[in-house]
Amino acid sequence: MTLSVKQLQCSRGDLCLFQDLSLELQAGQLLRLEGKNGSGKTTLLRTLCGLFMADEGEILWRGESIRKTPEVYYRELFYLGHQNALKLDLNPLENLQVLSRLVGQNVSEEVIEIALAKMGLAGYEDVPVRKLSQGQKRRVALSRLLINEAPLWVLDEPFVALDVAAVELLQSIIVQHVQDGGMVILTTHQAVPLPETKMQRLSLDRYV
Amino acid sequence: MFKSFLTLLKRDLMLALRRKSDVFTVLFFFVIVISIFPLGVGFEADTLRKIAPGVVWVAALLASTLALERIFANDFADGTLEQMLMTPQPLSVLVFAKVIAHWLLTGLPLVLIAPLAGLQYHLSLPTIGTLMLVLLIGTPVLSMIGAIGAALTLGLRGGGVLISLLVLPLYIPVLVYGAGAISASMQGDVPLQAYYLLLSAFLLLALVFAPWATAAALRISVE
Repeated sequence: MTLSVKQLQCSRGDLCLFQDLSLELQAGQLLRLEGKNGSGKTTLLRTLCGLFMADEGEILWRGESIRKTPEVYYRELFYLGHQNALKLDLNPLENLQVLSRLVGQNVSEEVIEIALAKMGLAGYEDVPVRKLSQGQKRRVALSRLLINEAPLWVLDEPFVALDVAAVELLQSIIVQHVQDGGMVILTTHQAVPLPETKMQRLSLDRYV
Repeated sequence: MFKSFLTLLKRDLMLALRRKSDVFTVLFFFVIVISIFPLGVGFEADTLRKIAPGVVWVAALLASTLALERIFANDFADGTLEQMLMTPQPLSVLVFAKVIAHWLLTGLPLVLIAPLAGLQYHLSLPTIGTLMLVLLIGTPVLSMIGAIGAALTLGLRGGGVLISLLVLPLYIPVLVYGAGAISASMQGDVPLQAYYLLLSAFLLLALVFAPWATAAALRISVE
């Protein structure tokens, strides 16, 4: 299980964000993207998810181009961007049910309730997401980490809007996933307590 | 694949039930446009009968464009659209579910309220039947074509107006044959089969190509 990126080049309009970017991520590894604002962290993550078309280069998952076999790749990919991907008029339970069914996963109500409880949202299962606070919404979105079965997680600023307790919880979830042989790619300004051997760092400032 | 189709269809219907105003604006727009015309052109039964096919169809077209922007805009804004692009299922299947939901919420109500319009314009019972039938075949075509426009203009400023400019010309064939069928049915003994067949052909074409074109447009817009 390897994600390899070869000679990737992305640009927005005339502005080249990064070029000749190559990396390889193995099972049980975490990749932390660094770079100043506007350096193309989000663009790189979206490119890795197939949402953004790279000018050049290719992305291989298990040795196959993700363009050729998206149905394999998307079954094993979990992406959480800046937006929470929650419907404000649905409650957390319904939101998570819909999102997991869309990727073809059948999750029982109990599993979702347990995940929500672990994220500190017990008792909020039936409250429309509209009525939750910013941090609570983020917690609902992050409970998907506990439900999904994808080995590859791509997280864009997952720590934003979380309080201290939730940050610690999220850190432990990420560390657990990596220790279980999963892969995580994330951008953050927060420290992630992982042994250096399992962590790769990539600074986008070097690739302009 | 079928399960995610149903999941999305159910979700969109459930969301609409929790925000009923979206559905009713389209319906009321249709009813109001239709009711305003007699006030302008007078209440003479013959005149009303003559303009009825055109008025009903143009009102249906405008009502349909009114709701188009919302097909994808909300999902785009809250990030659920991105998640839909990253599912193992073909995107066109999910698009199809969304368009069907959109038609059930904005097209079908027009078909059901059409007899009211027919009464206002002094149409005979068989003509009202034709009116409902052509709307039933025609309005899904409007939703399908409209979805392509909505996907292309997604995230653009002033996208709402742009959709109308893009999509209304493409509605012309449906307008011509839809209104034609109603006019013909007033003549009494004119066979209507050709109109039904042509409209059904439009519908089949739209069913096959529109989801696929919409999916392609969405991938470009989300980037």
